[in-house]
Amino acid sequence: MSDFKIGRRSILKGAAVVGAAQLVAPRARAASTEGPVKIGLDDPMTGTYAELGKNEQIGCEFAVEEINKKGGILGRQVQLLVEDSTSADTGAAVQKAHKLIDRDKVDFLLGNVNSAMALALGQITNQAGILQIVTGGHTDAVTGSDCHWNVFRVCNTTRMETNSVSHTLLTKYGKKWYFITPDYAFGHTLHSGFQASLKAANGTELGESLTPLGTTDYSSYLIQAQATNPDVIIFLHAGQDMINALKQAVQFGLDKRFKIAGAQQELEVLNGLPPEARIGTWVFEWYWNQPNVPHVKEFVAAIRKRTGGKVPTARHWFGYVSTWTCALAANGAKSLDAKKMARFLQGYKLPPEIALMPNAPFFREGDNQLMPTLYVGHAQAKGTTDPEDLFAVDIQAKGAEVALPVSETGCKMKWPA
Amino acid sequence: MKFDKRMGNAAMWLVLLTMPFWLGWIGSYPQLGTRVIILGLAALSLNFLLGHTGVLSFGHAAYFGLGVYGVGLTIKYVTPNTLVALAVGVVVGLVAAIIIGALIVKLRGIYFSMVTIAFGQVFYFIAYRWNNVTGGDDGLSGWARLPVGPLDIVTNERTMFYFVLFFFAVSVGIMAFILRSPFGRTLVAIRENERRAGFLGIPVDLHIWLSWIISCTFVSLAGGLYALLNNFADPHDLRWDQSGTFVIMTVLGGMRSFWGPLVGAAIFVVLQDYLSTLTQNWQSFIGLFFVLVVLFFPRGVLGMLHRTSPSPGDGKTAK
Amino acid sequence: MSQVILFNICNGLITGAFYALMALGLSLILNLSGVINFAHGGFLAVGGYLAYTLIPYVGFWGALLLSPFLTAGIGLVMERFLVRPLYGRDSLYSLLLTFGLAFILEDGTRAIWGPATLPFSLPPFMSRPLSDSFFFLTGYRVFMVVIVTVAVGSLFFILKKTRLGMRIRAGTLDLETVSTLGVNVKILRNLNFGLGIYLAGLAGTLAAGMLGLQPNIGNELIMPSFVAIIIGGLGSLLGTLLGGLLIGVAMGITAVFFPSASEAVIYVLMGLVLLVRPRGLLGEEGRF
Repeated sequence: MSDFKIGRRSILKGAAVVGAAQLVAPRARAASTEGPVKIGLDDPMTGTYAELGKNEQIGCEFAVEEINKKGGILGRQVQLLVEDSTSADTGAAVQKAHKLIDRDKVDFLLGNVNSAMALALGQITNQAGILQIVTGGHTDAVTGSDCHWNVFRVCNTTRMETNSVSHTLLTKYGKKWYFITPDYAFGHTLHSGFQASLKAANGTELGESLTPLGTTDYSSYLIQAQATNPDVIIFLHAGQDMINALKQAVQFGLDKRFKIAGAQQELEVLNGLPPEARIGTWVFEWYWNQPNVPHVKEFVAAIRKRTGGKVPTARHWFGYVSTWTCALAANGAKSLDAKKMARFLQGYKLPPEIALMPNAPFFREGDNQLMPTLYVGHAQAKGTTDPEDLFAVDIQAKGAEVALPVSETGCKMKWPA
Repeated sequence: MKFDKRMGNAAMWLVLLTMPFWLGWIGSYPQLGTRVIILGLAALSLNFLLGHTGVLSFGHAAYFGLGVYGVGLTIKYVTPNTLVALAVGVVVGLVAAIIIGALIVKLRGIYFSMVTIAFGQVFYFIAYRWNNVTGGDDGLSGWARLPVGPLDIVTNERTMFYFVLFFFAVSVGIMAFILRSPFGRTLVAIRENERRAGFLGIPVDLHIWLSWIISCTFVSLAGGLYALLNNFADPHDLRWDQSGTFVIMTVLGGMRSFWGPLVGAAIFVVLQDYLSTLTQNWQSFIGLFFVLVVLFFPRGVLGMLHRTSPSPGDGKTAK
Repeated sequence: MSQVILFNICNGLITGAFYALMALGLSLILNLSGVINFAHGGFLAVGGYLAYTLIPYVGFWGALLLSPFLTAGIGLVMERFLVRPLYGRDSLYSLLLTFGLAFILEDGTRAIWGPATLPFSLPPFMSRPLSDSFFFLTGYRVFMVVIVTVAVGSLFFILKKTRLGMRIRAGTLDLETVSTLGVNVKILRNLNFGLGIYLAGLAGTLAAGMLGLQPNIGNELIMPSFVAIIIGGLGSLLGTLLGGLLIGVAMGITAVFFPSASEAVIYVLMGLVLLVRPRGLLGEEGRF
């Protein structure tokens, strides 16, 4: 009986303590004033997205090195703290965010590749009043329905991606499309984006196959796709799913009978495919082979030194730009106060040595979404000048022109007093 | 002796009640403490079934997840009331446990474990495929815990900790009470020798079913609290590796001891937190840790301590 | 429409054959040693990665031959030192052990080969469809079915006609008696484990050609294997084989009518089997 007695007593004890604890003021979070300026990166280092997280980290580390060489942030050196958010366990990502913010007292938080985690982190940084740059989660809600004044994003919304490539598909390939859609928000929003493009051009959606995430066998979906006889089969996947789907599509010889295309594509995926499966028309968010854009060559060379010779991907660039944005915001606003920095970034144009793309990208006022250049092109098995040149850019689209206007994104930004 | 146990219990409660204060001194942060309490509750609930009744479920994450989503869905779609949401989470877990328990109670041994794994997977599957409702792989976001009356559990981490500790204390109290009762003693008898218990006229299946229900219900409560902690519902919380984590916490701390699972949860959470900052190969170390515990410390931390301290028949294990 | 159904059934048999291969390895280990091998997916990944590494030296065929044996070798070592000490104890411990092993194998493959997905190339003649209408019958998939058939056939041959196989079968029924009859049970379990892992390694090599080679390639394949065993019945290898084929076909047919439910159908089937005939289609009564 002793256990129960103690249990009851401590319940009362607990209630008393809770009552007392109310009197303690809620934690305020002021910016740090001495020591190095800390930037926290909460990104996946294990699991499915490990490669992407790692590449973003490399970009961040290079940026930190450059920033410190140029005098740091407000005269203080910058330190990057990296925590593994894991690829699937949002609880872990949340825990790490608290660790970085509460224990390590970071002034900025970068992350996450995983859209769900990016949203969860946004809630935490908004509560703590810290500037957050989303490095790689694409779900529209981040700068749409779930936008926050302190959260900025450097990668594109799904609508920007679909709008940039639709014109090419409609004019070059045809108007009858079949969709193979991964069954999560990313896939659904891409699908909606393409649907809008089709409607505007009087095209037809012949059908859609929803594939569960992590599907290993796409044969039944491909069987259905080819039965409808489309002009284009659109693959909306990312990462491992895209690799599996394309590999099998090519094994079935579907690339010989239909056009294969989609929206987002990444160099990591093309690298993971056997050469014969590097096909299709896609959108890249940044590409390393830009001979006419200044500063890109130096960036490529510098990253190559850190990756054992491999060229940087969009993920390296995301990490690089996110970190530099922190420094530019602080130095520009002459303060580490998140509100002041966020105000400074409204409409801010990235300098060319950071932007590394034509048509100076800027953070759009009202939803904090970066408006970069998007690269529409086609995959190739091997480059003519460089074996790593796996993507041939045909068109460059201006982000600001293909994005939805702020009023249609669902973003209602609330600034603190 | 009884004296030893009361001292032990008192010491444990003292440590728990003062946790937010000494966590900062050892270089940790309040949210970690709250996480330990919640996962400790889950492990303790699992141990009700595993350590005290002798039945291995490897699919408890399913009920954890029901609690998580029960809370999330209620706050997001039904009513922004934290307590009501928690109640919903618990009730959902309870109902599911009653139904599924009835289906599987006749199975035994490894087959039972496999079936619990499979059922766990079914719920995981529902969580990440039923996109419109659960948010699918993206999880359920856009909601947050709300203040409970005058208690600010939203911005004040300490208040949140004590809020969670309150539910922990209630649950632990109830479970301890049950274990001390004749019903609890019967469970131990079933654990020790099921056949004999049956010969004594005990309705074994009924007892296992009830134990199952109790265990799953408290795990759901833990899940609900977890959702409140993260302000997020995630299908990963239902995966079989989450189930496995609960089991390892229980074994690590000591299955035969009442507080064992909490100790195991504390060690595991802190270890994982520490290792994942230190190295990107933390998964290997955690896996290695599992292997070492199983091979060399099967009795768990508290199991080993009990062995070395004098225990002249304190009646802890029914024989 | 009927063509699509036919295609999907054919295709279902192919994927089902693959699931069966995975599940058989798992079943072998489960039946004799009572160990649920959570690390089976990890061994599959190791098999795929070893094949990838061997290809530049011994070509595709050499890799296909060698990799499963190497993987089995690793399995034999792990059984000897990690699993064997746990046989006398509650099945809980071996479960946790294989669970931990799964972590180690996944992280280990990531540490050695990197997190990037590795491109696995097949001999060109296999990457093309065999016919225009049956386009999904690529050379590779037919090849896979052939290999699986050969492997499964050999497995049943070993079990029926060799001494080792006879001992394994006897041990599955009553290990104690087999031991008193003078058979070295320790070695028997060890070899049985190795045999199961051989199948995992083979599955891994085949999978690498079909899917992208990534450290967690095995994770998604473990659950269908479990379901195949439950449906087919614990204790029966033939049941596991049938279970694998059945879930493959069920998924294929469901994909025609209710595409988004194609994955769920295997769990629905499992639920039905548990309700109506808990021992599985070909399972033995009172096995548990």
